[in-house]
Amino acid sequence: MAREVRVDQALAAEYGLKPDEYARILTLLGRTPNQAELGMFSAMWSEHCSYKSSRKWLRRLPTQAPWVVQGPGENAGAIDIGGGLAAVFKMESHNHPSFIEPYQGAATGVGGILRDVFTMGARPIANLNALRFGAPDHPKTKHLVGGVVAGIGGYGNCMGIPTVAGECTFHPAYNGNILVNAMTVGLARIDRIFRSAAAGIGNPVVYVGSKTGRDGIHGATMASAEFGEGSEEKRPTVQVGDPFTEKLLLEACLELMASDAIVAIQDMGAAGLTSSSCEMAGKGGVGIELDLDRVPCRETAMTAYEIMLSESQERMLMVLKAGREDAARRVFEKWELDFAVIGRITDSGKVVCRKDGKVAVDLPVGPLADEAPLYDRPTKPTPKAKPLGKLPAPRSVGDALKTLLACPDLASKRWIWEQYDHLVMGNTVQRPGGDAAVVRLPGSRKALALTTDCTPRYCQAEPEAGGAQAVAECWRNLTAVGARPLAITDCLNFGNPERPEIMGQFAGCIEGMRAACLALDFPVVSGNVSLYNETSGRGVLPTPQIGGVGVLDDLTFGVGLALRQPDLALILVGETKGHLGQSLYLREVLGREDGPPPPVDLAAERRNGDTVRALIRAGMVEACHDLSDGGLLVALAEMAMAGGQGARIALPKGASPHAFLFGEDQARYLIATSDPVGTLSVLRAKDVSAQALGESGGRTLTVEGHCTISIAELRALHESTLPALMAAPGR
Amino acid sequence: MKAAVVIFPGSNREHDIAAALEASSGRKPVFVWHGEAEIPPVDLIVLPGGFSHGDYLRCGAMAAHSPVMRAVKTRAEQGVAVLGVCNGFQILTEAGLLPGALLVNAGRKFICRNVNLRVETSQSLFTNRYERDQVLSVPMAHNEGNYVADGDELDRLEGEGLVAFRYCRADGGTGDNPNGSARDIAGVFNRSKTVLGMMPHPENASDPAVGSIDGKGLFDSLAAALK
Repeated sequence: MAREVRVDQALAAEYGLKPDEYARILTLLGRTPNQAELGMFSAMWSEHCSYKSSRKWLRRLPTQAPWVVQGPGENAGAIDIGGGLAAVFKMESHNHPSFIEPYQGAATGVGGILRDVFTMGARPIANLNALRFGAPDHPKTKHLVGGVVAGIGGYGNCMGIPTVAGECTFHPAYNGNILVNAMTVGLARIDRIFRSAAAGIGNPVVYVGSKTGRDGIHGATMASAEFGEGSEEKRPTVQVGDPFTEKLLLEACLELMASDAIVAIQDMGAAGLTSSSCEMAGKGGVGIELDLDRVPCRETAMTAYEIMLSESQERMLMVLKAGREDAARRVFEKWELDFAVIGRITDSGKVVCRKDGKVAVDLPVGPLADEAPLYDRPTKPTPKAKPLGKLPAPRSVGDALKTLLACPDLASKRWIWEQYDHLVMGNTVQRPGGDAAVVRLPGSRKALALTTDCTPRYCQAEPEAGGAQAVAECWRNLTAVGARPLAITDCLNFGNPERPEIMGQFAGCIEGMRAACLALDFPVVSGNVSLYNETSGRGVLPTPQIGGVGVLDDLTFGVGLALRQPDLALILVGETKGHLGQSLYLREVLGREDGPPPPVDLAAERRNGDTVRALIRAGMVEACHDLSDGGLLVALAEMAMAGGQGARIALPKGASPHAFLFGEDQARYLIATSDPVGTLSVLRAKDVSAQALGESGGRTLTVEGHCTISIAELRALHESTLPALMAAPGR
Repeated sequence: MKAAVVIFPGSNREHDIAAALEASSGRKPVFVWHGEAEIPPVDLIVLPGGFSHGDYLRCGAMAAHSPVMRAVKTRAEQGVAVLGVCNGFQILTEAGLLPGALLVNAGRKFICRNVNLRVETSQSLFTNRYERDQVLSVPMAHNEGNYVADGDELDRLEGEGLVAFRYCRADGGTGDNPNGSARDIAGVFNRSKTVLGMMPHPENASDPAVGSIDGKGLFDSLAAALK
């Protein structure tokens, strides 16, 4: 028998509950909870599960549009993409575990987000990610990059889901807290989407998947605290992934979902059996009774506390229609997975768990699921950034370009994405390395465009502009491949919310995102918040990561960024003022990180993007690239390297070379066309600022009067940074 | 051409290869679960890519002992064509239907990218629509594709013309070997050239909407030979 554990304020504190939260539990229950009950409260009321600091602000985000099928609140969001189909998607963080144990942390992050999507009845068709690491020369960075990339690949590759896009940047602010955000996109029939609200008094509650072990106990609580010294000691709270079992679970779930046996289903992610049972019961307004002796366990003598708090992976909880147990059991046994009826739905409004024949947990569902504390934390706005002042012109435009293309943030990420199977399923039309991945819908000419975006240094300097820019860049990247942007998921990564400056960043980013979502008709349908990304009082850059989904109605009219033909006119779309504040030119060439980020003019974004998309749809564009990090010349070099065609451009009269070539003004695209006259006239008719800069051709990139560099040399620089970093000895 | 695609727990390119088979032959293949002891009468048996049994223990080792593999061996002995791609190739070597073994890539990392393959012979069920020395651009996506066999075995394979594809440069010359395979071998036949195992994925290079169609010739060859 397990020994009784004394429950008091000290234990509550150890479980991450604040004194007032513990007092509230005592009042709600009118008694002292036992260890399992306290553990359940601490998990359900953790920041990770309850969003207690962020909920107030999340309500500000626009979540509606006629095409939204499922907004936030379910395992994933869903949008109508036509033909009776929904794109089901969500992004989630696995930051804390990935820092402690990078391979397993990242792998189980992928596993978790995949489950969120197939729980909805959707077959996953693509994975994406967004990674933020510390300084390239920090002693931990190489180990973390290697482990995280291998973990993401190890899980997604085995599952047979292509990993098609992502981003990866480096900054010392992430030295103690890396960010690993994973996104999955799936396809479901709109009329066959599964949800998590339990229903039907007496219906059986079924456990399927892997067995429960002692791994990951209290992972959700760990992810709700900042790191201090000795965070490595938290390794036992990181779960271990088994993608093979998850592949079987995916196939078995989809097979059972083709019948009508399932009433509700939810994956056991953070806080495992506790959150899945409480949330399903809470959403359905019912009670739930579990017999913990029937839970398939990997280890002997597990206590109620351990079983309820375990975060063992690859598990699902389902409510079946009464009488369908045997049919469901046959499906799971074919796939060699555990299947156990572990309880039933009741009308008690309580979650009651029995262990060894005795009541081990008896809690009201409401307070656990819906009455977590809601905090209105103080916010302190980020001070306005000081203007930049005049900058000296670079000695050499060519050298500045080379520096930028080789810097870790802009360098080719081939070393990463070649470790991801990005082709399995046979529908990857545009592979990693472009503005957005394009994944064909099976058996059609239609496709989804997918991207993840955020520019944390902008968010740090001016949260509101940064939040808006992240959404706008995502929308622009989808537009640049010719897609209609439809909706986003978000993953909001911030520091300690108990610090007013951090909440100020959070609130500012949300307001910026809200404005951009409204202006661009680009609602948020799912998301995740990760706070306490902070070590010994130093937080990460505010990183509201955006994952976007758009539809390309006909693949015939999609474009990429590669310059493949000579003699195409290069047209710069959007207004160029030469904004250098917070630019990569400023950081990489001049060694400064200051100034305001580029202003975001949402009306111009909308106008410019809609016009570019119309030009692409009209077949007038051969190649298109969004202008972002590094500005115009970096974008042109990327187009040239991708397609193997050089280019020659001239600066407009009077333009300051560094501001014009490296400024990061927003709402801009560079397009290549064989019909410059027609293209310019369409742009001008729509009141979109545009100018012809030059044309494609040759084997060099030339800025008249400034530099001529061979594409081969640029490629060598661009491709060598990451392999060199990862091959460097001693790190 | 009637084809059967075997599904092992953990297979993941079964639909990719089914689509390529259907595009070339006009017929949907049947799927056969690994636990079946029998395979319906077909002209071609395909072992697709994936991570059978999670690649735990050793790639293909457990799948080689699936009930269905006895039927695959019997049919192969009867002369029925068998194609194993990626994990399917690994299973065929583990099952003893093809010589050699596949070790972890020389760079010790999973690699997904297009590679150039030189067609070593057009005299086979699988390659009759190609020219000898034709260079194909076809994706690879694996962690264990480093082909090894002892020197005598390699000499024999080469001597008997049983090397189907080799990794090469875009111009067909040697010098671009992505995984360390002995003598740049990317695919081999059995003695009767009725069984082919290869690491790269021709099924992911068979549709103009998603990249090159250089792999389609393999399925066209099979469809022509097994009409």
